[in-house]
Amino acid sequence: MGQAYTPGLKVSKYTLIEKERLLPIKGKTLVEKGDEVKPFDIVASAELPGNVYIIKVAGKMGILPAEMEKFLLVKEGDDIKQEQVLAEKKSLFGLIRDTVKSPINGIVESISTVTGQCVLRMQPQPINVLAYIGGIVKEVIPEEGVIIKTKGSFIQGIFGLGGERMGNLKVIVSGPEKSAKTDDLSDDLKDKIIVAGSHTDYHFIKKAMAIGVKGIITAGIDDADIKALLGYEIGVAITGNEKIPLSIVVTEGFGMINMAKQTFELLRSLDGKFVSINGATQIRAGVIRPEIIATDLNYSDEHIKAPEYFLEKGKNIRIIRNPYFGEIAKVVSLPSKLQKLESEAMVRVVEVELENGDKVIVPRANVEIIEG
Amino acid sequence: METGYSDIKRIVATDCGSTTTKAILIEKKGEFYRLIKRGEAPTTVEAPVENVTKGVINAVGELEELTDIKFLNEKQEFIKPQENDKEGTDIYISTSSAGGGLQMMVAGVVKSMTAESAERAALGAGAIVMDIIATNDTRPIHEKIEIIRHLRPDMILLSGGTDGGTIKHVVELAEIIKAANPKARLGISYQLPVIYAGNTAARENIKETLKATALQVTDNIRPTLERENLMPARLMIQELFLEHVMAHAPGYKTLMEWTDVDIMPTPGAVGLIMQTIAKQKKIDIVGVDIGGATTDIFSVFGNIFNRTVSANLGMSYSISEVFAEAGADNIMRWLPFHPDLKDIRNRIKNKMIRPTTIPQTLEELLIEQALAREALRLAFIQHKSLAVGLKGVQQQRTISDAFSQKTSGQTLIDMFKLDMLVGSGGVLSHSPRRQQAALMMIDAFAPIGITDLTVDSIFMMPQLGVLSQVNEKAATDVFEKDCLIYLGTSVAPFGNLKKGIKPVLEVDIEFPDGKRKTEKINYGEIVIYPLGAGETAKATIKPLQGFNMGAGNNKPIEATLNGGVVGIIIDTRGRPFNINLNDEQRKEKIVKWYKAMNLYPTDEFEKITGR
Repeated sequence: MGQAYTPGLKVSKYTLIEKERLLPIKGKTLVEKGDEVKPFDIVASAELPGNVYIIKVAGKMGILPAEMEKFLLVKEGDDIKQEQVLAEKKSLFGLIRDTVKSPINGIVESISTVTGQCVLRMQPQPINVLAYIGGIVKEVIPEEGVIIKTKGSFIQGIFGLGGERMGNLKVIVSGPEKSAKTDDLSDDLKDKIIVAGSHTDYHFIKKAMAIGVKGIITAGIDDADIKALLGYEIGVAITGNEKIPLSIVVTEGFGMINMAKQTFELLRSLDGKFVSINGATQIRAGVIRPEIIATDLNYSDEHIKAPEYFLEKGKNIRIIRNPYFGEIAKVVSLPSKLQKLESEAMVRVVEVELENGDKVIVPRANVEIIEG
Repeated sequence: METGYSDIKRIVATDCGSTTTKAILIEKKGEFYRLIKRGEAPTTVEAPVENVTKGVINAVGELEELTDIKFLNEKQEFIKPQENDKEGTDIYISTSSAGGGLQMMVAGVVKSMTAESAERAALGAGAIVMDIIATNDTRPIHEKIEIIRHLRPDMILLSGGTDGGTIKHVVELAEIIKAANPKARLGISYQLPVIYAGNTAARENIKETLKATALQVTDNIRPTLERENLMPARLMIQELFLEHVMAHAPGYKTLMEWTDVDIMPTPGAVGLIMQTIAKQKKIDIVGVDIGGATTDIFSVFGNIFNRTVSANLGMSYSISEVFAEAGADNIMRWLPFHPDLKDIRNRIKNKMIRPTTIPQTLEELLIEQALAREALRLAFIQHKSLAVGLKGVQQQRTISDAFSQKTSGQTLIDMFKLDMLVGSGGVLSHSPRRQQAALMMIDAFAPIGITDLTVDSIFMMPQLGVLSQVNEKAATDVFEKDCLIYLGTSVAPFGNLKKGIKPVLEVDIEFPDGKRKTEKINYGEIVIYPLGAGETAKATIKPLQGFNMGAGNNKPIEATLNGGVVGIIIDTRGRPFNINLNDEQRKEKIVKWYKAMNLYPTDEFEKITGR
């Protein structure tokens, strides 16, 4: 077989980028098709319904649900204030009054004479969706959001923490094999997104947070440091909502690994430019990878290459499992017959040449193409 | 079942798993249907492809390459029916658990009664149950509303009340769902399906309360306290799964057009096959399907079928959850070397983020199989707690009394009665040596007495499950001849010794060639007697030192032992079985057992263990 399907992470200097900017619930869009937007522009907004309180009115007053309407002082749709009396029952010629009061400011959403309950809802909270990247509105999805189209550089990470953040990029290491130290962090990195090289540890991240760094891009990170940082284990790879003041994009994986040269060089070329990053990762059910985007609408379309998913002789690949984890190599051949590994598994393999010139056999499942 | 496909000669079937899409080719050869070849490719629900059909095309492409038969035309559509030896297939069928499978929430009035029945209905239909809301769970109402809102299930199953009973509580639950105004996971523009399977007297109130949802009403899952009626709700769940959920997942609309019969959720299909085995062989079984994201356990005891899914226990996407849930010590206790915890943590996370990779080195294989033991063990604990008799029956109490009842139904899983353990899923079906699958299952499930061990040869039970709906003969032929591999029989007495090493079992085995083996086996051993697949041996097994083989302490039993690719496995390591990381002799014991089973290549194993 001359080639094999092997998707990899995208590392592109010039590419077309489309971003769906959707509301979590229906709302309104604030831009038109063809509009040019900037990263901090609000493109859609909605009102998130307020929290709900269910009050067991009949139960509290000791009456049957069917009788409840007689005692209610409010009706569905009424605005209510905290401590407002919702229902009142007088007994003993009006000397004793049983009342049920509202615990919230909001509205009466519904009243049920079957269950004897009143459903109260707090005031809605506004939510805004930002453009996140600069570009042109390609499509407006009525009531849901927009699709923004742009051109620029795009790097996919393998894992990340924290949500969308934007700022100017600063590379603080001299090469892909170097890792930044806490001493490299200075106050002028506040609000920056920094490229920290091959490895980042707990102390580095804590100091970066204290300075006000907005994002860290690193090749590797230790799982134990993530646990120390968050205070809990990451069980499944669904991230993005961590309560941390910066976002982290890991480009290669867990452990001490050099950043792929191509990735590092592209980041270095973006030094000082405005970038949008997102650490959100979801490796299941509609995969989301962390990303770094630097838009530039002035790129010429002729630079843009279609993505490549096929493993072929001469392709650059990254090995993604031990014993060669993290190494960058070039495809030498794709033997079609199954081969036995040290683990005795019989699998399809690829012969690759490592950067030191050694030729080794690895399972095809353990490599990914470095997309250019 | 379906008869329109009785004459088919060639079948292509795929299973779109969360990690890998597996394609198999089945052909009628003379009288019987046989498996011809298998191909696989990464599942492509993720970016950049985001279309499940691409993975199907790639997996079928591998089949084409291996068989030199063309199944897809230039437009990448299936060529149907079979045109000649080199082109086409009569039918194409598929199962799927990609894209996270079917994720549901269930609600019931009493947590241990209708809510638990609802959970069993959802699990049996192949769903992952994200949360269970009950009137009497301890959470405040606003918290329940917040959870429904936040989780965004694919579907909600609402139950509660016996037919004709009080309607108040179940309508209250409906009001909670209404107040949450839940949105479906895939897309915000379609209505969330809600199935009502509760008190028939409350139907009109439920319809009124939940008019803003895509409400479907079916028979009550608990029409009386003493009766559970899960099938109508299960069938409706599967129907809505296709209509609502699959139709919104990337590429599924096209896949649904390609298949000749409805796509089944993978666990639903595996459940069908497990029930077929139990029925045909008249045995009690426990089956497991350990996947990348989830581990499903199926059991049939006394004709009662149960399925549970441990949604966060799996060998790739969820591998980190296995580590978190089991704890580092429980993982590392299975390793025959002293690992560096930091390194193990990083390796596990790397597998999580690159779920399709496979162990190249023996050390990596040992770590994966240690994790598999714990995933299986934890999933089985969950199964035992849900596969129980109905709670709240045979007691002179009303439903409202039952709100406070703390008694629980007894588990249906009786390890002495268990006849067969069936293993399926990549880590078991593709273990480089079958002995590894056998010991992983023994360590995790700790069978007691006499238990047959089998595995799905190449992990094709899902496809055979859906095939059994189309052509039962084809499914049975392939299942018997190509799918189920007999590993052998586990012989394990119940009991433990507090100290010392003494014989705890006396075996007298008569092999088919007439030879006899009479031996006393010490506590803490694994001993293998080769006995080939299809062969049987007669045995008298006498437990000693108060141990029990099912007839009582020290009481002998007579049994017919089935052979397999591993043979008869005598396991006197004790039940309940446990091994502690801090046991000073742990490494020594592990090495001894792994060597007794001939689990790994000797040279590499000795290099790693130093012995």
